[in-house]
Amino acid sequence: MPLTLSANQPVLCTRNLACERDSRVLYDGLNVSVEAGDLWHVKGRNGAGKTTFLRQLAGLHPVDDGEILLANPSARIIYIGHKLGLKEQLSADENLSWLAALDGISTQEQRYSALEKVGLRGFEENKVEQLSAGQKRRVALARLHLCQADIWLLDEPFTSIDQQGVADEQAWLNHHTLSGGIVLMTSHQEINLPQVKVLDLSQYTQTFTMRQKNKEGHLA
Amino acid sequence: MIGFMLAIIRRDLLLVARQPAEIINPLVFFVLVIAMFPLGISPEASLLSQTAAGVIWVAAMLATLLSLELLFKLDHDDGSLEQLLLAPHPSWCLVLAKVFVHWLVSGLPLILISPLIAMMLFLPSEAISTLMLSLLLGTPTLSLLGAIGAALVTGVRGGGMLLTLLILPLYVPVIIFGASSVAAAAQGMPVDGYMALLAAMFVFALMITPWAAGSALKL
Repeated sequence: MPLTLSANQPVLCTRNLACERDSRVLYDGLNVSVEAGDLWHVKGRNGAGKTTFLRQLAGLHPVDDGEILLANPSARIIYIGHKLGLKEQLSADENLSWLAALDGISTQEQRYSALEKVGLRGFEENKVEQLSAGQKRRVALARLHLCQADIWLLDEPFTSIDQQGVADEQAWLNHHTLSGGIVLMTSHQEINLPQVKVLDLSQYTQTFTMRQKNKEGHLA
Repeated sequence: MIGFMLAIIRRDLLLVARQPAEIINPLVFFVLVIAMFPLGISPEASLLSQTAAGVIWVAAMLATLLSLELLFKLDHDDGSLEQLLLAPHPSWCLVLAKVFVHWLVSGLPLILISPLIAMMLFLPSEAISTLMLSLLLGTPTLSLLGAIGAALVTGVRGGGMLLTLLILPLYVPVIIFGASSVAAAAQGMPVDGYMALLAAMFVFALMITPWAAGSALKL
């Protein structure tokens, strides 16, 4: 299926997005406009809210203030987080089979070819519990090749992947964004692609709590 | 939507097949609890046949509760629950599929073994069909109601006790009418009213709980 986005128009916007965790405001007043073909590298120190930001975009974390606007509500989003969502007792192929079924159907041929692209040829029928940490992450990432999603939200996709694997992944990111897709990802490694845009969450860190902010709003 | 539900059912059944302990545990628990009663109360046939209905129903309820805690917890822990919730389908589909597998794995075996248990407790043979029918209507209701509690305590450490406290009050009517129907059948009285009520509770639970548990999962 072709991607559903058209180029050079904002596809995803945040307006004054805020996030509060355990009565601490991680970021506030976050305005980002994401266009088709963008590759955003979300940066920030540990605990800056990188994961939470991606989860908010995916719809897995409540939006405390501000809003997230999606130009095309039916845009297909894939979120791959720290927890990979793989069943240890199932094989790589069986895992991909149910994951792909979440938004379509897949043939075994497609799944095998996706696994081959992530360098897991010959491991299709191995149970995930027998795979190494890097291989597990590769199984999860194989979904990117299987489901034609418009927006990729990747939380630390380079973790425990070897050097060659990271280079391959960057090539996929490049290919996806050049064909009009969107990537928002966190990583502590640099991404060596010319189209990378950086979003540094540390700039949006606040020291007040949400309650204080609301109070001030009332006073003003 | 159907494909989505079938994929979950297929995945969960595959997982059960890889770990058959999930089926065997509630069943062994059910049989063991019931086997304790003649030892604890009295092996006398007249007394056992009187208590059989209640004992079987309470044991079935406890066996269901035992396996409920893990209904969503394993999926939550490995991150697959997130992926299921992100799918472009309403969350009640997910709950319905998971509850169906839960009932298939923990409820259906109890129904199948119940005639044997009933004979062990000297339940009159004319009540056995009523027992099986009442369990057939009642155990899915127990699984459905339990899904709300399981969804609420997902991600809570040591949520098992909390789950029991939340769910037991909802189980009371099912237990009352389930056990009474079997007791009535044992005395040769009509059971249509009880069955109608159990069926009504099942339909009600089927309508409300997938939606409620689905909303609870998103919290």
